[in-house]
Amino acid sequence: MNWELILQLTLQAFFGLDAVVFIIAALGLNVQFGYAGLLNFGQAAFMAAGAYGLGMSTYYWGVSWWWGIAFGAAYAATLAVVVGVPTLRLRADYLAIVTIALAELVRLVVRSVTHKDKFGGSDGLKGFARGFHALNPIDGTGNRYGIGPLQAHGTMRIALFVLWISISLGIAYAIARSRWRKSRPQRVRWGTAVIGICLFGVLLKLFQYFDYLGFELWVLIIGWIIVAICAIFVWALMRSPWGRVLKSIREDEDAVRSLGKNVFGYKMSALVVGALIGTFAGMISALRNSNVQPDNYSRSLTFFVLTALVLGGVAKVSGSIIGPMIYWALLAFTDSFLIQLGDKSGRVTVGGVTLLNNSSAIGQFRLMMVGFGLILLMVLRPQGIFGNRAEMALDGR
Amino acid sequence: MDAELVDYVQAARAAFADLSPTPGMRKPDPVLVASGIRRHFGGIVAVDVDHLEVQRHSITALIGPNGAGKTTLFNLLTGFDEPDSGTWAFDGRNLERVVGYKTAKLGMVRTFQLTKSLTKLSVIENMKLGATGQIGERWWNGLLPFRWRAQESAIEKRADQLLSRFKLDQMRDEYAGTLSGGQRKLLEMARALMTEPKLVMLDEPMAGVNPALKQSLNEHIKRLRDEGMTVLFVEHDMDVVHDISDWVVVMAEGRIIAEGTPDQISSDQAVIDAYLGTQQGKSLMEDI
Repeated sequence: MNWELILQLTLQAFFGLDAVVFIIAALGLNVQFGYAGLLNFGQAAFMAAGAYGLGMSTYYWGVSWWWGIAFGAAYAATLAVVVGVPTLRLRADYLAIVTIALAELVRLVVRSVTHKDKFGGSDGLKGFARGFHALNPIDGTGNRYGIGPLQAHGTMRIALFVLWISISLGIAYAIARSRWRKSRPQRVRWGTAVIGICLFGVLLKLFQYFDYLGFELWVLIIGWIIVAICAIFVWALMRSPWGRVLKSIREDEDAVRSLGKNVFGYKMSALVVGALIGTFAGMISALRNSNVQPDNYSRSLTFFVLTALVLGGVAKVSGSIIGPMIYWALLAFTDSFLIQLGDKSGRVTVGGVTLLNNSSAIGQFRLMMVGFGLILLMVLRPQGIFGNRAEMALDGR
Repeated sequence: MDAELVDYVQAARAAFADLSPTPGMRKPDPVLVASGIRRHFGGIVAVDVDHLEVQRHSITALIGPNGAGKTTLFNLLTGFDEPDSGTWAFDGRNLERVVGYKTAKLGMVRTFQLTKSLTKLSVIENMKLGATGQIGERWWNGLLPFRWRAQESAIEKRADQLLSRFKLDQMRDEYAGTLSGGQRKLLEMARALMTEPKLVMLDEPMAGVNPALKQSLNEHIKRLRDEGMTVLFVEHDMDVVHDISDWVVVMAEGRIIAEGTPDQISSDQAVIDAYLGTQQGKSLMEDI
C-alpha cells in the first residue's frame, strides 16, 4: 500500500481542476438555490452555454477567445432569461422541472447528428483554446511543476518560503485569537509561534506532493483566481441589501412583495447572476480540455455539483468552496485507495471475499461510498460542513 | 405638533358625525375609493362590493362572518389578486392592474392573517427589509458598500426606534423564528411601518394573541392613526372593534351590508342577522 501516492492524489484532487470547476458552478448554484431558494436543476445547461459559446464563436467567427468569453456569458444570460420569464412567476417546483428539461434539451441539441456540422455532434468542438494556451507563461511541453518552495529555485524559492511562513503564522494567529482559546496574552504569543512553526513544517511537507503539468498549472492558477473573484463577488452581494431581499424571498415571497419589492425581478436577477457564474465553470472546463463535449454536461453534472454544495453547506460562500474540494478529494482517495488494495487487474479481495471484480467497478463503488458519506452527513450534520445549524433548525411557519 | 396630530383625528371623527350611515356611502376625504369590485372563484362570488370609501386619518374596521370575503377584498385592493371587474384608487391614483409590490411603494402596506415573519432572518434584518427605496437593493449597487452604507445606517436607526416602540428591542439580534406568536404579530406590524405607509391594512392583527398583548396592540393601532396614518383592519373581536375603530364596515357574502360608527353597527338589524341568522332567538320548536 503506497500511502504517499494516495496522499498525493488526494491532495491534488483537493486543489485540482475538477474541484475548481465544481466550486465555480456551486457558487452560481448557491446564489440561486442557497440564497434565493430557486431550484435550478439545470446548471449544466448554463455551463454548456458558456463552453459552447466560447468554443463556437472562437471556432466559427475566428474572434479572439476574449470575445468568446463575452459571447458565452451572453448566451448563458439569455438562456436564463428565456427560462425565467415563464417559470419564475410560478411555484418553485416548476423551475426545477423546466431547468432539468432545459439541461437535457441543450445537451441533446448539441450532440444531435442533424446539427453535427454546427456543434460537432458527440465529438464536440476542438481548436478554440489556442489563444488561451499561447498566454501560458509556464510551458506546455509535459514537464511537471511543483508549487512548493522545495521545488523552486533562486529568488522564487526564497519568496515561496517567506510566503509559506506568513501563511502559517497567519493561520496560527487566527487560531490563537479565535474565541474558543481564551488564554493569557503571553501564552497566546508562544502558542501562536509554536502552532505557526508546526503548520509551516506540515505545509512544507504537504506541498512537496503538489506537482502539475505546466499547462494544468496554468489553468489551475487562472481557475483559482476566478474562484477568488466569484467568491468575493457572491460574498459582497450576499451581505448587501440585495442579498437580504434574496434570503427573504427564499422564505416567503408574499411577505417580500407586501413590502414593495419586485420579487419576480429579484428572482430573475438571481437566476441570471447564478447562470453567469456557472458559465465560467463551463469555460474553465472547456479551456482545460481544449474541447467541449456534450456529454460532459449531462444531468448528473448538476446533481454532483448540488451534492458537493450540500456537503459544504448551502447559503454559505465557504461551503460552496470547501464542499467541492472535499467531494473530489473523497473521490480521489477512495479511488486510489481501492486501486492500491486491488491486484493488477483491479480485483479487490478482502479476507478471501472478492469485493470488486475489475477496475471499472471501482469507479462505481467510490460513488457509492460518497453517497454513503452523504447519508451520514445528513444524519449527523444536516446543515453541511459550514452550514448554519440554528438557521437550519428554524422551520418557521 | 401633537395638537396638530390630534386635530386630524378630531376632524376625521367630526366628519363622520354629520353623516347618516348607508352601505357604500361617500365620505368627505377618502384615501381609498373602490367601486364595482367583483371577484368570483368558480361559481362562488367571493367579493361583490358596489362602493367603498375609507376616510383619511381614521381607523376603519372591516368585520363580517367567516367567508364574507374580507381577506379576498384585501388581496384585491393590494394587488395580490386580480378582480374580474371594478376600479379602485388610492390617494387619487388609479390602482387597476397595479401589481402587489407597487401598491406598497405608493404607501399602502398590508399584513397577513397568518403572520409572515421571515424566520431565518434576525429581527433587525426583518425590519431593515421593510424600508423602501434602498439603493443597495440593486445588485450592482450591492457590490459597492460605500453607496449604501449611509442609507443602511439611517434605516437601522429607524428600525431600532420602531423596535423599542414595539418592545422588541431586546430580541433585536435573535432569529425571527424564535419569537412567540404575539411577538411575530408585533414584528410584522413594525416591519410594515418601515415602508412609511399612508394606509396600513391589517388582516386580523389580533388573531391568536393573548388579552394583555391585545391591549398593547390596540394602543399601537391607535398610535398609527394619531401619527397621521389611515388604518383599515379586519377583526372578529367586537370588543376590540368597539374600542379602537372610528368607523365600521360590515361585509357578508361578499357584499357590504352596513356601515357606521361602532355604536350604530352594534344595534343594526342587518348586522345581527348576518352574524346570528334571521331565525335567532326563536325556539326550534316554534315551527312545529
